[in-house]
Amino acid sequence: MSTHDEERVKELLRQALKPVEAAPEPSRDLWPAVLQRLGAGPVQVPWFDWALLAGLVGLGAFFPASIPVFLYYL
Amino acid sequence: MASAVSGAMDRLNEFQQGSIDAFETLFRLHQRAVYGWILRIVRNPSAAEELTVETFWRIYRAHARFRPEMGFEGWARRIATHAALDWLRTKRPESELCQQICAEPAAPAVSDPAVTAEIRRKTALAFGRLPPKLRVAATLAVVEELPQKQVAEAMGISVAAVKLRVFRALRLLRKDLEGQGIRP
Repeated sequence: MSTHDEERVKELLRQALKPVEAAPEPSRDLWPAVLQRLGAGPVQVPWFDWALLAGLVGLGAFFPASIPVFLYYL
Repeated sequence: MASAVSGAMDRLNEFQQGSIDAFETLFRLHQRAVYGWILRIVRNPSAAEELTVETFWRIYRAHARFRPEMGFEGWARRIATHAALDWLRTKRPESELCQQICAEPAAPAVSDPAVTAEIRRKTALAFGRLPPKLRVAATLAVVEELPQKQVAEAMGISVAAVKLRVFRALRLLRKDLEGQGIRP
């Protein structure tokens, strides 16, 4: 692509997408949303997932031969 | 003057240690700049607001890794760019960008009256189909005409890599337009 072509595409792009105004402002105060997000803490893992994990660990501990079978189906 | 500088540094140090009050002060100082930066990338005001919240949440989570001597603004811009990129990756480009661009009135014919509203629409859609990383580099460096150094810092890449991404974006855009019968 020549420099002239590059400039033409740039110009076309500038005409298709208008630049954003100088200092845009959000429509509302976002601090309450940030605080709410911080208060939400990390994602909670459901108890069922922990139980399933414990079951799998137990299965692996008591029946080590099941580990390759389990890995095969992963 | 010296006390103002030392006050700002204290605030950054307090933030690094996890102070919510210092974080709120920094949020109030930088909220508009971060929102404006994200809006330039995603070009969707409500998404930019959500992403500003996401960005400040990520900023707070990473407070222990913050280095006060490096300054807050560039660090926040970098986190904001990554949050915006993540958002762009999850969106279907055509629908999102078309909603934005097709809803806007046609830009006035600046220099070339031959560029019709239809060509502008097709250009915007073709641009929306580009990979997000190329789109972000081209949006910031070409459309917004921001310094390449600033774009490079925000994207966490070198100035040469920004130039390369812009070049690749323009080349792909040109190919796409040619495929639609538009010769730039």
